[in-house]
Amino acid sequence: MAWVLAALAAWALGIWANTRLARLPRGRATGLAVPVIFGLTIVVMWECLVRGLNVPSVILPPPSAIAARFAISTQILWEDFVQTVLKGALSGYAMGCGGAFLLAIAIDRFPFLQRGLLPVGNFVAALPIIGMAPILVMWFGFDWQSKAAVVVVMVFFPMLVNTVQGLQDTTTMQRDLMHTYAAGYWATLLYLRLPAAMPFIFNGLKITSTLALIGAIVAEFFGSPIRGMGFRISTSVGQLALDLVWAEIVVAALAGSFFYGGVALLEKAVTFWHPSQRGRA
Amino acid sequence: MRNFLPVFTVLMALVALWYAAAVWLNADWAYDRAQRAGTTLTFSELVADTWAQDKPKLPAPHQVAAEIWNTTVEKKITSKRSLIFHSWVTMSATLLGFVLGTVLGIGLAIGIVYNRVMDMSVMPWVIASQTIPILAIAPMIIVVLNAVGISGLLPKAIISMYLSFFPVVVGMVKGLRSPDQMQLDQMRTWNASGAQTFWRLRLPSSMPYLFTSMKIAMAASLVGAIVGELPTGAVAGLGARLLAGSYYGQTIQIWSALIMAAALAAALVALIGLAQRITLKRMGMA
Repeated sequence: MAWVLAALAAWALGIWANTRLARLPRGRATGLAVPVIFGLTIVVMWECLVRGLNVPSVILPPPSAIAARFAISTQILWEDFVQTVLKGALSGYAMGCGGAFLLAIAIDRFPFLQRGLLPVGNFVAALPIIGMAPILVMWFGFDWQSKAAVVVVMVFFPMLVNTVQGLQDTTTMQRDLMHTYAAGYWATLLYLRLPAAMPFIFNGLKITSTLALIGAIVAEFFGSPIRGMGFRISTSVGQLALDLVWAEIVVAALAGSFFYGGVALLEKAVTFWHPSQRGRA
Repeated sequence: MRNFLPVFTVLMALVALWYAAAVWLNADWAYDRAQRAGTTLTFSELVADTWAQDKPKLPAPHQVAAEIWNTTVEKKITSKRSLIFHSWVTMSATLLGFVLGTVLGIGLAIGIVYNRVMDMSVMPWVIASQTIPILAIAPMIIVVLNAVGISGLLPKAIISMYLSFFPVVVGMVKGLRSPDQMQLDQMRTWNASGAQTFWRLRLPSSMPYLFTSMKIAMAASLVGAIVGELPTGAVAGLGARLLAGSYYGQTIQIWSALIMAAALAAALVALIGLAQRITLKRMGMA
């Protein structure tokens, strides 16, 4: 009972602190503190409620148990991270996005292809591509190559559509200006159209960064060597070792956040001139 | 209709590519069999063989089409072998998850727009929540909910809900904030209450955003339902068909389930598109 009361107290404290902070002028510190307090409150409440209500750890382990498990199994977690994120997701992401980018530039020269491929690409981007996973696992074997292949297929079309749209995002005036400079196709592409397409390209890169991780993990459910995050999650669920599953989830969430954050930072550096980035220090 | 010819050409090219890839991928097996039978294959025999194998690496489009025809039209809907039955199982989870996700998303968006504390504390976590690959923890959610005694439709719907609430929150926050200062001031000069401002200005002007995000949410919801079916031991649903197909090497079955899922996604998204056109037309916005 004391734990439940502690949870309620943490909740009240969190709300009180956040209401006070939200009244202050909005700055960098408050903008960071409020979500952090919110997150901490949830973790504390989770811990207290799990202990207070005697939730069995096979249903929901308390955060402290997850942290302890995380600390003792860093070896396994690192091995899985390398297998799934570095080998599967990142290599597939690089290949898929790179391929889509090059194809988009090629398509861009042919308006006919553009008009034909854009609707098809948009349609394919909305399909449950993840269903291709069992087929690709069958084709490329159980190791990371098949995971990378799934990631390539998943990221390809969103990236293609975004890049093609971005390359069209120049006005006639701008293109005429390049023309008066006697700039050829390549100069126009390099100095005008690619920079103008960057916000779209980064939009695609951001969307696909989370897709890449999902693709690599889910593909492991259809067959994998005895390491990898998806493999560990599905086998640990079977063994009811839920603390290890949650530790993997923490790794996945951290990897996903850093991946996304890295792309966002790069975007800020490359498209500093765009209205959505200006004025944000 | 201006785009019909280019789209048609691209689709035809894809089908041609598919047939060519089928020849290329299935050739090994065809040569292997011919060698064991002690015959050599001419090119036309090779092509004919690669397009008609039982368990090809890549089934040709007409094989998939025949399988779909067999499992939809020629089987009874109640049969476990009917794709319509499996599609129905998946679709019911998708729709339930989609409705739950949309309601949750709209509720969160209203809270975020009207409450500063929620805006500052919840919004960053909504974004962070999507970097967690929920699909990866789908098996755990299913197993845990099963342990608590919740099974059947709801666990799958919860995964769908988690995937579909995010686009709705983001879209609706944008939409509810889309009326500009001038319009809000106008409401104030009319002495409109908060509720009136919400129902007559903010909600109507958020509609285009809502429909756009609902389309994305629907597609995401279908993916969630399909993945949610994987760990339940392949009982029913399109995801179960995929898993069973991959266990037994039934590639034609996998492809037919895949095409069915694609058709389902297209139909559901088109349905929302239709609702969007009708609603916006009646509101005078389209």
